[in-house]
Amino acid sequence: MRPLTDEETKTMFEKLSKYIGENIKLLIDRPDGTYCFRLHNDRVYYMSEKILKLATNISRDKLVSVGTCFGKFTKTQKFRLHITALDFLAPYAKFKVWVKPGSEQSFLYGNHIMKSGLGRITENTAQYQGVVVYSMADVPLGFGVAAKTTQECRKVDPMSIVVFHQADIGEYIRSEDTLT
Amino acid sequence: MGRKLDPTIKVKRGPGRKARKQKGAETELSKFLVDGKPFPYCDFYHYLPCQLLPIERAARKQKKQPKEKDDLKEDEEEEEEDTVQANIDETEKFILPAAADRAKEGLLPMDLQTIHQRIKDNVDVLSHFSEKREEGKERSEYLSLLRSDLCTYYSYNEFLISKLMDLFPVSELIDFLEANEIHRPVTIRTNTLKTRRRDLAQALINRGVNLDPLGKWSKVGLVIYDSSVPVGATPEYLSGQYMLQGASSFLPVMALSPQEGELVLDMSSAPGGKTTYMAQLMRNTGMIVANDANADRLKSVVGNIHRLGVTNAVICNYDGRQFPKVMGGFDRVLLDAPCSGTGVISKDPGVKTGKDEADILRSAHLQKELILSAIDSVNADSPTGGYLVYCTCSIMVEENEWVVDYALKKRNVKLVSTGLDFGKEGFIRFKERRFHPSLKLSRRFYPHSHNMDGFFVAKLKKLSNAIPTTPRETGL
Repeated sequence: MRPLTDEETKTMFEKLSKYIGENIKLLIDRPDGTYCFRLHNDRVYYMSEKILKLATNISRDKLVSVGTCFGKFTKTQKFRLHITALDFLAPYAKFKVWVKPGSEQSFLYGNHIMKSGLGRITENTAQYQGVVVYSMADVPLGFGVAAKTTQECRKVDPMSIVVFHQADIGEYIRSEDTLT
Repeated sequence: MGRKLDPTIKVKRGPGRKARKQKGAETELSKFLVDGKPFPYCDFYHYLPCQLLPIERAARKQKKQPKEKDDLKEDEEEEEEDTVQANIDETEKFILPAAADRAKEGLLPMDLQTIHQRIKDNVDVLSHFSEKREEGKERSEYLSLLRSDLCTYYSYNEFLISKLMDLFPVSELIDFLEANEIHRPVTIRTNTLKTRRRDLAQALINRGVNLDPLGKWSKVGLVIYDSSVPVGATPEYLSGQYMLQGASSFLPVMALSPQEGELVLDMSSAPGGKTTYMAQLMRNTGMIVANDANADRLKSVVGNIHRLGVTNAVICNYDGRQFPKVMGGFDRVLLDAPCSGTGVISKDPGVKTGKDEADILRSAHLQKELILSAIDSVNADSPTGGYLVYCTCSIMVEENEWVVDYALKKRNVKLVSTGLDFGKEGFIRFKERRFHPSLKLSRRFYPHSHNMDGFFVAKLKKLSNAIPTTPRETGL
């Protein structure tokens, strides 16, 4: 387990700010202590400093996971955000999309969201902006990228895609193996 | 009118093709055998004059045997008729078949109805032995007949049935075996980190799930009767609001009751149900080390921990016996030891025939090593803790009371009350073994009496960090 290098930190924070903007500070300085990011086997883990101290007792090859996994760095050093980070992104999300109950299942299977399934969308969403997807009961379902601006969403036909799927909670069942 | 319906036809036509077939090959072949000699137009028989084919011999034998069986049955029936006609005081007598008959039964398949009836009668006699016994027959003969009948009827191996007959009185044994044939009800545990039981129940009812709170003893459990949607794939499940968990798995965590801010170890944590329950009781404070020796099963622990929103867990892949060396000084330790699984036969019927003496002793040996490592990992001077909970999903005394008794002899620990007010007390003595009297504080759970998987829970408190070099006297 090692701290992230500057390069890696920059890449990761860029990715995160697509979804939560400048609220990244709130992830590090929390009221119940300081939290930090550490890298282990190409995956980034988010944990409190207290856990960090105790986790150093465990040897590198036997350690499987610490705290919460946010995502991993690919072989070409790009950062890919995993669904396991949803609990931390959802409260600070800047742009949100609500999905109608009928199309919830479709999104949870990994499909993109179409105009017919769109319930609400935050005002002034830019195109290709990172968004967090919620169900109508305000339960976070995953995240994605807006395919159209809010204005355009009003005008397009019901069969066109408005949000590209990136991660959803259905992955806990579909790809349980790749979480580690 | 048709041939069959015409009453004027008086010609008797004899048995049809089907009836003749049932009588056996001979009647069919009698066409070809004239006076025991082969009929000319069958070339086949040229080479076997006056000789029956093997299949014909077997058919003849088979026709004879049922006649013998019928004799036996007739005897029993006559007995029953006699007793029915006689005074009501005389109840039906259960006749033990002679040894020769039993040997014959080994060759013939007996039908299950008969065996089941025989089991019931046998149990009845054994419960009221002095009144209902046959003169001259020993109790052991009845027991051995019961043992082989139970093996046949419920598909167990001899070893396991003998062990179960030692554990339970005969009538309870039947209840236990019957309970192992059906599944226990599906139960879920509300994740109080994300929701409340009331809200979750409401949301699931809206989806079409029929459920109820689990019982007075649990504030987070729900039992599912039936459901129109798959319980393991609802959006509530995926967002981590509940976890599918057997009711018996709630018990060791309730007994351990980890407090906020403590350092806890779960030595055998896969698939992560107990770990996540502990995290929700600790409200994501402190730290939990979730360990498991099997790397594949650890993936499910990772999945469950992330899904339920647990942030204070570290997951590692050590053999539990390495523990105090890697890290020690825990406030509380939970050891859900790998076992023979005799309490969860309803989930895994392979245990019925797959386990024998060597398996049980091997498990017991591993469990003893693990419990000593677990004890050494607890910090006796912890301000809030110093507790270890040892549990297994087995009902065998070798894996439960014997292991705890061993720990009591080898380390400075004592048993304390688990806090679970229901469940049977653990054994203090069993066959030729004698255990420490405090074993009464451990608890056993059975599928037939508590409607949850068979389980054993014992809570130990560590008195001092020193390891005794000589074995302690048990004081018995």
